[in-house]
Amino acid sequence: MRQSFIEFNNVSFRYGEEHPWVLKNVSFVIYPDEWVAIIGHNGSGKSTIAKLINGLLFPQEGEIIVDGLKVSQDTIWEVRKSVGMVFQNPDNQFVGTTVRDDVAFGLENRGVPRPEMIKRIDSSLTAVSMNDYLLHEPHRLSGGQKQRVAIASILAISPKVIILDEATAMLDPTGRLEIMSTITEVQDKHNLALVTITHDLNEITKADRVIVMNDGKVWLEATPREVFTKKEELQLIGLDTPFVSKLADQLTNLGVEINNQPLSHEELLEELWISHSKM
Amino acid sequence: MDISFENVAYTYQPKTPFEHRAIHDLSFQVSSGTFVAIVGHTGSGKSTLIQHLNGLLRPTQGQVTIGDYQLSSDKKLKEMKELRRRVGVVFQYPEHQLFEETVAKDIAFGPANFGVDQAEIKKRTYEVIQAVQIPEDLLERSPFDLSGGQMRRVAIAGVLAMEPEVLVLDEPTAGLDPRGQKDIMDMFYRLHQEKNLTTVLVTHSMEDALHYADHVIILDHGTKYMEGKPAEVFVKKEELNKVQLDLPEVIQFIFKVEEKFGFRLTYRGQELSELAQELKELIRGADNHE
Repeated sequence: MRQSFIEFNNVSFRYGEEHPWVLKNVSFVIYPDEWVAIIGHNGSGKSTIAKLINGLLFPQEGEIIVDGLKVSQDTIWEVRKSVGMVFQNPDNQFVGTTVRDDVAFGLENRGVPRPEMIKRIDSSLTAVSMNDYLLHEPHRLSGGQKQRVAIASILAISPKVIILDEATAMLDPTGRLEIMSTITEVQDKHNLALVTITHDLNEITKADRVIVMNDGKVWLEATPREVFTKKEELQLIGLDTPFVSKLADQLTNLGVEINNQPLSHEELLEELWISHSKM
Repeated sequence: MDISFENVAYTYQPKTPFEHRAIHDLSFQVSSGTFVAIVGHTGSGKSTLIQHLNGLLRPTQGQVTIGDYQLSSDKKLKEMKELRRRVGVVFQYPEHQLFEETVAKDIAFGPANFGVDQAEIKKRTYEVIQAVQIPEDLLERSPFDLSGGQMRRVAIAGVLAMEPEVLVLDEPTAGLDPRGQKDIMDMFYRLHQEKNLTTVLVTHSMEDALHYADHVIILDHGTKYMEGKPAEVFVKKEELNKVQLDLPEVIQFIFKVEEKFGFRLTYRGQELSELAQELKELIRGADNHE
């Protein structure tokens, strides 16, 4: 059996006794080196999951295991060594006055010796192609560059999982693609688990697995291909399907044979090609 | 109101080491009642442009004309308050600007500032919450108890309560879930038509620009790069790629169909169902010739 890396066992959470449950009896596992996308309408509990994973919040019921440790007040510092988080707005995450200082901050906090620190700063900034910006002020970089520095700061502490909480939402389409290709390259090379919380439908198609949240509960766990076959149900819970799935549905309605729910333009074109050659 | 920019330039912190020329030689005309989309990658000058529309910034060179109001470097506009009432701006993440104890007070804040009397404010409050689809029983609730999507609607209602004639929208769908995005854009489109507004939409979404706008202006390095009807501008693949913009997905797909099958579909703003029909006919039709 595969060893799980993150485990949610019957987790329920609310912000106070007067408040409604944000998560209700949520259970799932995430395996090492897997890319899981978490999607759901605004207020479905996605971001709460991220905050529970690294102990920014604690559940009232159930337990969360990260890398073999039960997340609690006593283990959070150990847990946070293996969990790297990148949030939506990079400006809220900068502490250093230069790019180099900013990456160094997390390492200093963990007492990493200076020679090792220099090595890690260099390699993590190189991984995100920002090694030419060592002495730049983080606040003066473009949105995409800022997010790449935030990712480098995370990489420097060698986490085993990176969580992106709507980390590309504020970027333009080009910036978004750049960040995602940086992240997947890094994930591949360092054998990391990747958890992305996102509304971007095209980003979801590239994940290994999708957890769909609705009203604080796990609504579905499936591959992107399976998820996007459920067009009507997704729309009912405030979500949608990508352009390619929509066009494929329209073609199916017209009697064009499309067998495998396509996830990219190329896959749909291939299906059309097969259909074309059969005639 | 008609909007016109004539050779407008704006420089931040001029004559200092931090001097930064955000826009330059920018000229365009938008006639009253148009839905215009402003597109350009990060740093192209979009935010600087829209801050001229309600006089938050005054051009360092050239002239901006909004209806009868003129903004230029040499003279201060006397009717600035009047301009700001008539040009409503919905900034990015407008819900961050909510601050009152109740939804009703937050909506009333703008019009009260412009001296609208209580009875009129009340009447407008009921109109605008209907327009943004906020149920009446939320009026006495704290805006901070609402969901993200509802908070954004309340913030927008506050702008609408000033009954602006020009509505400026800066990335109004950022951070919303897919249905929230569509609902908000459909709402703005409906308001645009019902209230005969001039709408200026700043967006990263080529899809929204294509779907809702009558006219699109593309900015690059602080000046106009292209403008025209969306269906005409968004097929210019090389030109757009040069300024790091992508084509809307539907048009990208049409180009790929041409590459693979050798025949061309034309995008005219047709629905997806129509496009599927054309695709089906082309695939079958092409076969008949073989």
